[in-house]
Amino acid sequence: MKIALFATCIVDGMYPEVAQATVTILRRLGHEVTFPSGQACCGQMHINSGKFEQAEPVINNHVRAFTSTEWDVAVAPSASCVASLGHQQPMVARRMGNEALATAAADVAGRTYELSQLLTDVLGVTDAAADLGSYFPHSVTYHPSCHGMRLLRLGDRQSDLIRSVEDIEFIELPLADACCGFGGTFSVKNPEVSSAMLADKARTIQATGAEVCTGGDASCLLHIGGGLSRFQRTGRFEGTPDVTAVHVKETSATDIGGDHTEHLTAVVGADDDDHLTAGEHGTSPAEPSQMQSGLRVGASTVHLARILASTKEDPLRVQSEGATVSGGSLR
Amino acid sequence: MTFLGMPLLRSKHTDVNDLPGGQGNIVEDESFATVSHKHLSNQQLRNNIGHATSTIRDKRSGVVAELDDWEELREAGSRAKNQVMANLPEYLEEFEANFTAAGGIIHWARDADEANAIVTELVEANAPVLETGRREVIKVKSMATQEIGLNEHLETQGIDAFETDLAELIVQLGDDKPSHILVPAIHRNRDEIRQIFMDKMPDAGELTNDPAVLAEAARRHLREKFLTTKVAVSGANFGIADTGTLGVVESEGNGRMCLTLPETLITVMGIEKLLPSFSDLEVFLQLLPRSSTGERMNPYTSFWTGKTPGDGPQNVHLVILDNGRTRALADEHGRTALNCIRCSACMNVCPVYERTGGHAYGSTYPGPIGAILSPLLTGVETEENGSLPYASSLCGACYDVCPVKINIPEILVHLRNEDVEANHSPVSSQLDTALTGASWMMGDGKRMAAAEKGLPLAHAVSGGKSMNSLPGIAGAWTSSRDIPGLPEKSFRQLWAEDEDRDEDRDENGEDET
Repeated sequence: MKIALFATCIVDGMYPEVAQATVTILRRLGHEVTFPSGQACCGQMHINSGKFEQAEPVINNHVRAFTSTEWDVAVAPSASCVASLGHQQPMVARRMGNEALATAAADVAGRTYELSQLLTDVLGVTDAAADLGSYFPHSVTYHPSCHGMRLLRLGDRQSDLIRSVEDIEFIELPLADACCGFGGTFSVKNPEVSSAMLADKARTIQATGAEVCTGGDASCLLHIGGGLSRFQRTGRFEGTPDVTAVHVKETSATDIGGDHTEHLTAVVGADDDDHLTAGEHGTSPAEPSQMQSGLRVGASTVHLARILASTKEDPLRVQSEGATVSGGSLR
Repeated sequence: MTFLGMPLLRSKHTDVNDLPGGQGNIVEDESFATVSHKHLSNQQLRNNIGHATSTIRDKRSGVVAELDDWEELREAGSRAKNQVMANLPEYLEEFEANFTAAGGIIHWARDADEANAIVTELVEANAPVLETGRREVIKVKSMATQEIGLNEHLETQGIDAFETDLAELIVQLGDDKPSHILVPAIHRNRDEIRQIFMDKMPDAGELTNDPAVLAEAARRHLREKFLTTKVAVSGANFGIADTGTLGVVESEGNGRMCLTLPETLITVMGIEKLLPSFSDLEVFLQLLPRSSTGERMNPYTSFWTGKTPGDGPQNVHLVILDNGRTRALADEHGRTALNCIRCSACMNVCPVYERTGGHAYGSTYPGPIGAILSPLLTGVETEENGSLPYASSLCGACYDVCPVKINIPEILVHLRNEDVEANHSPVSSQLDTALTGASWMMGDGKRMAAAEKGLPLAHAVSGGKSMNSLPGIAGAWTSSRDIPGLPEKSFRQLWAEDEDRDEDRDENGEDET
């Protein structure tokens, strides 16, 4: 199959290794990958900022780049960008009175898949270890990005693929479906609220003790990594008041087979009894938000394409094995 | 005698901005970012909201999962409301005819001022002046009367309105505003409630902070009012066009007392509350309680059709309120916000609301629905209502739970566009400038490639180190997040280099990435 890679602007400019990993996976399955050279961005940044007029040339460029290239299906290592193609591009084009662009955009969107969608639904990959030789002997937790969950309805596609990597230790992330707070320009228009959401995401990730947090969207991982990195450097969450209602507890349960398993559960907020001890108008935190467990070397973010591309022969190394972590992202 | 600015739905020449906006408690007077700053540091607020919303969220998921036709119900609910909105003038007239035929009296109010004046007049005509020289009314929890600031208005007219819903009573006695549609006093704790009751209910005596004790004190305080007050004011969850019936759903039973005991009942209802037919309740009485309190059925559901001789209030009035709804209806990209049945499920799942609380939205309608409804009712030019659509990371959790399938994220984006068009901030911000540059660059892959040619230099200058403190708008990012060091080359450059290399040799073996 001839597969066109839509790298997305953030991967192209910030995380070229994610696009390379995507190419590696697809070639390993015997497919031909092309890279439409005119591509730039899906336009979501402008659309979500309400700048429809400025989004139109960006949408137009995307559609032009992909219609002028021959391919069977297109793929992007981002649920958010793929969702924007289908859910936003035609809407904005129509709003700008450009019906032809709307139709063309819908056509490109209809043939563009998010990576796990393509692997699972089109290419029939169900076992990453068997089908791709994926090998990653590390503890991993997983953040399912909002647009993958709620716009593309990816369900378990991403986590199933990650779980099927050889020797991986998959740790369930408490409150996994909570947004990390990125939201594009939301992160700079309402930075304090965004940072409060980020801090809670970082708290739950930190509590899993996983070496890396993975996911399918480089933008969310950039954001989460940035928060983890800041916390690890300074020992605190910055940019927002030191307040949280998220507490992660370890609970143990005995399974049907008699196995004793540990689970992480998050408790949000205080129950009514805690109100008795709440201070005056409650501006001081009930407990320090710093993680008592201290800093973990290697708590960084990495896109799932790189875990799937990792093999015994050419493994992806983590920080404890000497890999570079920059701004919280595993390089 | 019916007057109403009938929705100019089908006219292509209607500019939504020519229609009058709503007034009252639907206006954010400082930007959302500014107001939310004040609330983000409140640990008690965060705990209370976190606890309450996560509890209701779990209950809701449980009862929704019991129904295998939940998605069909949502679809049916959405369809019924769309049907109403597309034919609102006809349904309003049908409702008016049926309600009037059953002995009810209808009043039309264009805005908050008119509605307040109508209610005042009705109270003056029907409630006696007491020894204190003032009149009294009892109230059922109602969003519409909160929206128009009825209690505050009545107070200036010598009329004391007593809220009878427990949480509304707490809010009212505390000279406070509701911060949640369903749980208005969600931001208060038991100790505060005890103090408020001790200060404002002199007959209550010494109280502990035990919820049962507090509820009992409120019950005693209110019971006398129920039995002696001549006029009650309510809202309505539904107005049924084909029968002229009004309905209120509630949990405590105080509503039932207000709706049945007094001689005069005055209801204030927005024009969008109509349902075509009584049989539509089959859908909505499943959707609303499950979405709202996470219950299969709410404890009290009251319906009345005009007046019934010998039973209940014999003087029954309805004030039908526009207050910006016609304006919202004329916005073809935003009008489905009027489908809202005020269940509050969207705020219970919203990660922004969970951290800022309801007061940050400056409106009777907080959370995701408030972030679209308030600016739709008033227009984005009104005060800082244009900042509300940005109060979201567009995570989509609200749309998933909405019982009438309002696509809140899409309307948020639409209203951001309205805000941009209205040119809210004439001074171009750094972010605007950056986005303008990005549009030019990303409007052509070649320009993007050219820009990326700067990466090796930027990489060299920054030493490939992570960036932890940047000036200007980027500083809003680095206030809490580091940025990875820039890569030496973009993927585009690496791809081109690979292709050049491939051209020089046969393709065999695996890619070396």
